Amino acid sequence: MLVIKNLNTYYGQVHVLKNVSLHLREGEIVALIGANGAGKTTLLNTVSGITPARSGIVSYRGLPVQDLPPHRIVGLGVSQVPEGRQVFKPLVVEENLELGAYLLHRNKEGKEEAKKNLQMVYELFPVLAERRRQPAGTLSGGEQQMLAVGRALMAGPRLLLLDEPSMGLAPLIVQEIFRVIRSLVEERKTTILIVEQNAKAALNLADRGYVLDTGKIIMEGAASDLLVNRDVQRAYLGRDKKEIWER
Amino acid sequence: MEAFGEIFQYILSGFSTGAIYALIGFGFAVIYNSTGIINFAQGEFVMLGGLATIFFINMNFPLPVSVIFAIATATLTGVVFERLAIRPLKNATPLNLVLITIGASILIRGGAMLMWGKDTHVLPSFSGSDPIYIADATILPQHLWIFSITVLIIAASRMFFNRSITGKAMRACAYNREAAGLVGIDVKKMVLFSFIISSAIGSLAGIIIAPLTMSSYDVGVMLGLKGFCAAIIGGMSNGAGTVIGGLLLGILESLGAGFISASYKDAIAFIILLLILFFRPEGIFRKDETERV
Repeated sequence: MLVIKNLNTYYGQVHVLKNVSLHLREGEIVALIGANGAGKTTLLNTVSGITPARSGIVSYRGLPVQDLPPHRIVGLGVSQVPEGRQVFKPLVVEENLELGAYLLHRNKEGKEEAKKNLQMVYELFPVLAERRRQPAGTLSGGEQQMLAVGRALMAGPRLLLLDEPSMGLAPLIVQEIFRVIRSLVEERKTTILIVEQNAKAALNLADRGYVLDTGKIIMEGAASDLLVNRDVQRAYLGRDKKEIWER
Repeated sequence: MEAFGEIFQYILSGFSTGAIYALIGFGFAVIYNSTGIINFAQGEFVMLGGLATIFFINMNFPLPVSVIFAIATATLTGVVFERLAIRPLKNATPLNLVLITIGASILIRGGAMLMWGKDTHVLPSFSGSDPIYIADATILPQHLWIFSITVLIIAASRMFFNRSITGKAMRACAYNREAAGLVGIDVKKMVLFSFIISSAIGSLAGIIIAPLTMSSYDVGVMLGLKGFCAAIIGGMSNGAGTVIGGLLLGILESLGAGFISASYKDAIAFIILLLILFFRPEGIFRKDETERV
């Protein structure tokens, strides 16, 4: 569904992504883990067209998309839930969601679909329905994250890019959001690329995983294998050597 | 009683110039919110509105047609300006962009001078100039035009920004361009829209005030600065604040001109501008943020 080949992205002079290659099959959940500053967010932003690649190929359903602007990529069915949620704080919850379906508003069928999607999002996150008339800036962090996910779902994406959905949230809310992500895959066959510092939660959710380290993919494999891999455990799952030794 | 009548008169006329400042300031705010640029060419759209209307009337078009042509002329100028001077610059600093808008304003003004000369031109009032008496004060029919068109424009733009999906998308862009792109909004198109809206509103302001002030190629400078002043008083990102800021400025100016001296009229506006910039650069209407991070 998504194939990335030899991707190189720069921020000014800084070489952030170095020859990154990865792929996602339809209906898969893939986790991208790595330390702060490894380039995880940059990778998602390159796919979304915000930080265009300097070289390499991003192909979505066989179509090269590396040179398209962000709004075209959304139009193809790739939505991103950005890091730090980035909801439109001055706008009310329902306006945020409506804008998630911005591209559907071009024609009548699209508007109908947007209405259906709105109902779906309200069913997934009932708290958003309760707060539909409130400015998004007044929501709690967890509610804003739900809104960010809901806003991305409004476009009816086939590929969802999630950037640090658990950041700064209480464990219970993280569970709630991960439950929704799982149900998306089961019910709507949405393909998901999730970036997380919370590597354990992400790998528990995912089918496969990639480990990104200072801009390079250093490891890939089934999520269950990565979870028990000693290097991964030591570097990203917070177990020190001694603990592993004792096991 | 006589003093009261005088004050009432000043307030009435202040209200009408204030309405003009509000419209011009609104144009500043629209572009600022979508691009972060303070467009110092805003006053030139105002000038173009007035002069182009006179130009089309002299070509024997009826007034409504001339007005529409004049708005189209100014809007087209705004579009060309955005396409040629703003869009190609991807990573320009705000200071560079401001300098570019100043350059554009000089260019537009120069073009208008070549086209229409340095003389002042007169646009006849829309519906005669027999004064209307209200209590002890008088107003001209043109003032009524100014009030009603201003109210209409403000109501229409409120509707647009709060109801239509495009208006909401423009607000989203103003708040966070990157996130706007991620939901599928074409940010560049929204920037172009903001130039269209603000040049159209600016030119309309120029058209409705032209019968009262006369028009020449350089009227845009002062009107533009007054509109900027209105937008600063109201706080750039606050549409309603800009309108109130404009009215406030118009009334204070008119009272000052009446009670102190007419020659200080412009100075009053700039003293207010400086005071606001010193003491409340975020505008006088800014509420405390009601948001969590």
